[in-house]
Amino acid sequence: MHMADALISPAVGGTMWAASATLIGYNAKKVQKNLDDRTAPLMGVLGAFIFAAQMINFSIPGTGSSGHLGGGMILAILLGPHAAFLTMASVLTIQALFFADGGLLALGCNIFNLGFFPCFIAYPFIYKTIAGNSPTKMRITIGSIFAAIIGLQFGSVAVVLQTVFSGISELPFVKFLFIMQPIHLAIGIVEGFATAAVILFVKNARPELLEPDSHVALQKKVSIKTVLAGIIGITILTAAVFSWFASTNPDGLEWSMFHTSGMEELETPKKDLYSSLSSIQEKTAILPDYGFKKEDSEATESVETWPGVDSGTSLSGLLGGLIIFLFIMGIGLGLKKKKKKAAS
Amino acid sequence: MAALESAFLNLGHIETLARKQSKIHQLDPRAKLLTTLIFIITVMSFNRYDLSGVIPFFLYPVMILIIGDLPLIYLVKRFVIVLPFILFIGILNPIIDQNIIMKIGSFSISGGWVSFFSILIRAVLTVFAALTLIATTGFHEICIAMEKIGIPNLFAAQLLFVYRYLFVLIDEASRMVRAKSLRSFSRKGNGLKEWSSIIGHLILRTVDRARRIHLAMLSRGFDGEIRLAHKYVFQLKDILYVLGWTSLFMLMRIFNFSILTGNILQKLMP
Repeated sequence: MHMADALISPAVGGTMWAASATLIGYNAKKVQKNLDDRTAPLMGVLGAFIFAAQMINFSIPGTGSSGHLGGGMILAILLGPHAAFLTMASVLTIQALFFADGGLLALGCNIFNLGFFPCFIAYPFIYKTIAGNSPTKMRITIGSIFAAIIGLQFGSVAVVLQTVFSGISELPFVKFLFIMQPIHLAIGIVEGFATAAVILFVKNARPELLEPDSHVALQKKVSIKTVLAGIIGITILTAAVFSWFASTNPDGLEWSMFHTSGMEELETPKKDLYSSLSSIQEKTAILPDYGFKKEDSEATESVETWPGVDSGTSLSGLLGGLIIFLFIMGIGLGLKKKKKKAAS
Repeated sequence: MAALESAFLNLGHIETLARKQSKIHQLDPRAKLLTTLIFIITVMSFNRYDLSGVIPFFLYPVMILIIGDLPLIYLVKRFVIVLPFILFIGILNPIIDQNIIMKIGSFSISGGWVSFFSILIRAVLTVFAALTLIATTGFHEICIAMEKIGIPNLFAAQLLFVYRYLFVLIDEASRMVRAKSLRSFSRKGNGLKEWSSIIGHLILRTVDRARRIHLAMLSRGFDGEIRLAHKYVFQLKDILYVLGWTSLFMLMRIFNFSILTGNILQKLMP
């Protein structure tokens, strides 16, 4: 689900722009350094493929509704996380400009929600963990389904947080979460099946396309315990930090957004990113002294008058965090069981 | 497969609009990109209950629409496509927030309705700002502007690649879907199995196409770096355009012209 310009404040939009711009800069460097020049046209044409594929629907039996391909997961499987993130970002940019789907201010949010989570959370930690290095039919199916679900759950939590922090919609955190998470659970299941079906087709027809020759770094085998511990840690941290900052100053809000979104969820393998984050941000920041400075002063103004600042916010943040935590725990437990089954 | 082809035609139409030669079209794409961003940020910086303050900002899209000679109906159709998500979230505001914050005679309005309409108005403003930007500039120019402003070359090239092959692949996909529907009766062959086979073949064709493109690029001297031609120079009129709009936006942000006008009217009519 795409965030829209009309629902976010400049502070949130600007923060997410900075986060996404940083990620684009980082991934562009990574792709340029690691991959051969065949990748550029492949990324480009696969991005166009995502558009075309999203226009072809299949009917879901018994429901009367239809589903289509999401994009992020399949790109990550075909291209590896870095190139997939850039491709997804380009698709979203074109959607924002031509279809006004999302919008320019919300572009940062959308790139983050629909690019970062599938490529850097769901793909390496869920799909790779389950599918492993010699994927079977079963492993690919289960892996894609869980990866799609978890990627979308993270994405929709992010949509909720971005909306609530913007303070333009009056939906309270918990209520909104209750609306969004089940919808995206359903979408995730459909998308997972769709992704699995396509990947299995490609595996049968041209298995060499799935050979991860150039996918770097992120594909160390991660044990399921590490994944669970990571997810739990992120959940608690997000709930605590976000709800704390929801009742303090706007700078704090921006910084907490940055820390939780840009850093905590990237996990450990990229120490160099942490330290050089701010310098990359400066280098790659779009409109270094135009949009953002203005946006800062504006942010101070708008947040001071923010009506939603009370002690209830903190409580609802923690409550919501608890619910996500329990939800993800449930998924994690199910995952572990399925994995055991698949392994035996 | 009418939907597929009409989406394709619509995309082409926006590029046709971008080929027009108005005063707006002739400006440097960077100037238009900057102004659009400043506009959106300013509009979104208002308090959520501020309905009157946002209204003067209609000036900007209306001006661009007129000077740029853009068809309103086409852009409205575009807007309607993206409306549902905004309505879905916005319509809950009146239900949740029922504090009365405004009274017009005996008719009272709750905060929720005010913020709902504020969201709606801002949606119109921001969507139109984005649509008029693309319809007066064209995608190619915007990518070049973005590269000049500082996004990585690889990403700008990626955007151009996706955009160029968008048309080719939508064409390809609609041919495949048409072929399928000619061989199956209306309700059959729409399941996941058939779908995954079509999409799978589309991927294979995409990958093959990418390889052919790569070979074609190599034979034309591709060395790993994609160079974009910049033909624009930032001129005085571009600077004036950005500064003019920005100062107007700032004025409209600081002074609420709706209330000012209302006050003056009330004084005139006792």
